[in-house]
Amino acid sequence: MSAPGTPGAPDRRTSPGRPGRPAHRKAPRPGRDDSPDRLYTVTGGRSRTHSDAFDLVTLVVAECDPTPGMQSEHAAILRMCDYPIAVVEIAAELGLPVGITRILLADLLDTGRISARHPRSAPESAQLPEPELLEQVLVGLRNL
Amino acid sequence: MASATSDATTGQAQEQAQVPAPRPAPDRTGGPRLSRTADNGLKIVIVGGFGVGKTTLVRSVSEIRPLNTEETMTRAGEAIDDLSEVSGKSSTTVAFDFGRISVDARTVLYLFGAPGQERFWFLWDRLFSGTLGAVVLVDTRRLADSWYAIDRLEHHGTPFVVARNDFGDDNHTDAQVREALDLPDHVPMVTCDARNRTSAKYVLITLVEHLHALSTTARESAQ
Repeated sequence: MSAPGTPGAPDRRTSPGRPGRPAHRKAPRPGRDDSPDRLYTVTGGRSRTHSDAFDLVTLVVAECDPTPGMQSEHAAILRMCDYPIAVVEIAAELGLPVGITRILLADLLDTGRISARHPRSAPESAQLPEPELLEQVLVGLRNL
Repeated sequence: MASATSDATTGQAQEQAQVPAPRPAPDRTGGPRLSRTADNGLKIVIVGGFGVGKTTLVRSVSEIRPLNTEETMTRAGEAIDDLSEVSGKSSTTVAFDFGRISVDARTVLYLFGAPGQERFWFLWDRLFSGTLGAVVLVDTRRLADSWYAIDRLEHHGTPFVVARNDFGDDNHTDAQVREALDLPDHVPMVTCDARNRTSAKYVLITLVEHLHALSTTARESAQ
């Protein structure tokens, strides 16, 4: 595009919104390019449960150790949750999409094998976060 | 990036007598584990076109090596939980990077580098509801790449700041860039070097200070 401010330069308001460049193609990695059939098996064929309760940054903690015979993905989750870990980190570690990970986590929550610490910033409300919380964040960032 | 780890190591070497507080062992992500007391996850999203430096910025401040994950959705914008649909052509996948910063013993901030393209926005509500705010990272040579992201953030009512990633040949004035982005005066704009930790940190501080000002003003006017 031409330089900003140049007469005749395209303008955000008058130009139809258009997507950026095509997405960067990531190298294949385990789990990512598995067939849908395998992912279907992972979740036992179930579709959405109350897995929506899990935010990307809900912190998950294991309440028990893996047991023999447990589904391997469930066991893997329990092993990585000995310290709190966010849903999105679990998904990345498992190499599974976030939606599938949420279903697996709902299984474990239902059976009391994990506990979930949900974000306190209410996602439903359009309200801005409390100034006090933002001050905490600022202190943390300045100490980096 | 690895400064937390190397600081601890140096500290141990220099101050044998003064035993540092025990640190949790690194986890598989190569960074420190979260505190056992961590219970509040926060989100900030870095939005920008391909190649603008989102992952670089995340890496500069993250305590873990940036990780990558994905979400799958249908064309209708519904994230997929029913895998029978994945094989159909009606689905597409959006990948995103993330890193994290432990703010204190209870609060942890996750930074998401997200593509600004159209299909990504179908997933915004599902992935990024409750986000504190966003950084629009722009390359002034390709400002048009940012228009759509700014439009969508305004539509979602998500507060944001604009960070110009300095690629070394940026001769535009702030006023020119503001005009090209049609950026309101109250939206902060900063120039940064996404590779530089201090600079990247400053971008995040600018955003959170902006959020703080908005939040304080909103509460005052509500009283």
